[in-house]
Amino acid sequence: MPKQIILAAHFPGVNNTTVWSDPRSGSQIEFDSFEHLARTAERGKFDFFFLAEGLRLREQRGLIHDLDVVGRPDTLTVLTALAAITTHLGLAGTLNATFHEPYELARQLATLDHLSGGRAAWNVVTSHGGFFGENFRRGGFLDHADRYVRAGEFIEAARTLWDTDGGDFAIDSSQFGIKGRFGVPRSPQGHPVVLQAGDSAAGRDLAARHADAIFSRHHKLEDAQQFYRDVKGRLPAYGRDVDSLKIIPGVSYVLGDTDADAQEKAHYIRRQQVTPQTAILLLEQLWNQDLSSYDPEGPLPAADPVLDEDDTIIKGRAGMFPDRLKTATEWRALAEAKKLSIRDLVIEVTGRQNFIGTPARVAALLDEYVQTDACDGFILVSHLTPGGLDDFVDQVVPLLQERGVFRTEYESTTLRGNLGLRQPEGR
Amino acid sequence: MTVQIAVALDDRSFAASHWAGAARLADEARLDFVTFDDRFGRPGPDAVLVASYVAPLTRHIGLIPVATTTHTEPFHLSTALATLDYVSHGRAGWQVRVSADPAEADLLGRRAPLGFDELFAEARDAVEVVRRLWDSWAEDAIIKDVPTGRFIDRDRLHYIDFAGAYFAVKGPSIVPRPPQGQPVIAALTHEARVWENLDADVYFVTPSDVDSAAKIVRQLPAGKKVFADLVAFLDPDQETAIRRRGSVTSDAAVFAGTPAQLADLIAGWAPAGIAGVRLRPGTPDDLTAITRDLVPVLRERGLFTPSTATTLRERLGLPVAVNRYSPESAHA
Repeated sequence: MPKQIILAAHFPGVNNTTVWSDPRSGSQIEFDSFEHLARTAERGKFDFFFLAEGLRLREQRGLIHDLDVVGRPDTLTVLTALAAITTHLGLAGTLNATFHEPYELARQLATLDHLSGGRAAWNVVTSHGGFFGENFRRGGFLDHADRYVRAGEFIEAARTLWDTDGGDFAIDSSQFGIKGRFGVPRSPQGHPVVLQAGDSAAGRDLAARHADAIFSRHHKLEDAQQFYRDVKGRLPAYGRDVDSLKIIPGVSYVLGDTDADAQEKAHYIRRQQVTPQTAILLLEQLWNQDLSSYDPEGPLPAADPVLDEDDTIIKGRAGMFPDRLKTATEWRALAEAKKLSIRDLVIEVTGRQNFIGTPARVAALLDEYVQTDACDGFILVSHLTPGGLDDFVDQVVPLLQERGVFRTEYESTTLRGNLGLRQPEGR
Repeated sequence: MTVQIAVALDDRSFAASHWAGAARLADEARLDFVTFDDRFGRPGPDAVLVASYVAPLTRHIGLIPVATTTHTEPFHLSTALATLDYVSHGRAGWQVRVSADPAEADLLGRRAPLGFDELFAEARDAVEVVRRLWDSWAEDAIIKDVPTGRFIDRDRLHYIDFAGAYFAVKGPSIVPRPPQGQPVIAALTHEARVWENLDADVYFVTPSDVDSAAKIVRQLPAGKKVFADLVAFLDPDQETAIRRRGSVTSDAAVFAGTPAQLADLIAGWAPAGIAGVRLRPGTPDDLTAITRDLVPVLRERGLFTPSTATTLRERLGLPVAVNRYSPESAHA
């Protein structure tokens, strides 16, 4: 039997993936939008619904970013409401280990797991620095180096609480000194599913040690295969087998009647995602300086990026460029070789793995990625909210089912059961 | 004279069907709102999430979870309650609580318990921050202006820049202004310290009789909605109700008797200036007795009329929540 594909639906968050200017684009806030996407995903027998978290509005050049979708509801609150109107779909939320506390968050996640009958999942992320901290009691209290220390201890603390079956706990670690009675009986999954995002060596180790799934981001088949081997290779050191950690990249897709039609649509969508204004802002994120006087249809700046990382022009999103100078040199060379304007260049170098073509071609590509161990499945990010998943469910899912690589009925009522993950044993 | 009827749910169940059943009973009886009790350290689910779970399963009823300000982040509370307002289409509220319990403080391990004055000062700041965050987006902040490529007008978003003795919050919220503008804030109060510190819209009070109810109403700030709490053991047979009550004691008056007798009591209290009563079911079965047996009696006597309002604010007759950051507000 071929490997079975994991499928999840991402409710597009606050980035330039969503084409809000499309007339078919709905609300990013109203519950009806979340309901539509969740019901569509469940109709398509998807493993889970995936929702990001916001802790502060992003800024650029000291101003609130105003070009992409801005604003979103609270993650756990939406997921719990969705639990009431779905029956099998997993409900995964990003929840920051830096600005939540283990007792409170473990209790909330266990509440969601109980109310959903075993469908809760937690995507663990971390923050550092003072930007998000300005909205919280604790401020920017965490050093960069301590991010994963706290995250690791946070996950261990949560697991300890879930294992008490409502009873007493006492945790004394470098980050937490807490004790008392948990008050929540063991939830249907034992532990909600733990996802982790983060690509550094420390992030990979954290995932290999603690996570049930990784939300990865690798663009090319070979890169993805290398990442897959690397992460799965770290598992034996923690006494885990290779099937205990699922690798699920976030990807987008564009469908067409013909491959050429799909390519044309994809081209159009990319132009909508990277407007002239967006192109300048994205370039500023690498150059780390105000480029508002540049013409988006003109050439790249001749000067090098500003390297002072303590004074970045972007606030509220992860720095994507470990080596600004090297990346800028590569971008310049690419722009000169292909005669690209700023906007064309940004379109070329940004964006995620994109599966483009007829439904048959997209189904074949997805299958190839999974069967050649580039990943175990996909978190699909549509460019339209909330209807962007409809055509995938109607047109691609049946083809995956025909190939025998995707379920026609849910195997289980719990997310762990559907993902083929073992139930953790109590302590 | 009509009154509004609310029910306090204080169950410890983790079963989705239990909460769906209770909320639907109350919703179908057209009660005005339910409150969901909670505090850290007690066995039971997170109340905000329980309220969110039942929101899509109900149509009319207001949903007011308890959340404690002592150990929580006001930013998280604000966004969760705004989101509850979205998922319930304008039926969200929040019952504020503080915690002086050292055992609760140990669950978080962040600091030693505060004294009472500090607890209320911190809660006052938390309520202020939550309210400012709800106002931090103008209703029309999302403009989707294709020619300029702008999704929002950032001039219609506001940093709240709150700095107090216990925490500072920059803002704006990540959630656009909720459907009610300001979800309804409630608090249980036994003493002046509560209403002097907490800027609530609704106060739950615990009179022993109609005279004490009238006295409490006179003490409270004008314009607030006052609900008298009452523990209720209901049975068609008075003797059975009294037997079921046993020796239970409560901060609120404890009623045991027939639905007709409870209707008499409510009719007697109504002239005291209360907006309504919040019934605390003596046992989960008493919720059924309230919705199935008491409500028809109240309706028959004209004491209770189901509201046609769609939002909780409207239902309670609270004024429209004016956004403090809007230009109209500045001119007012």
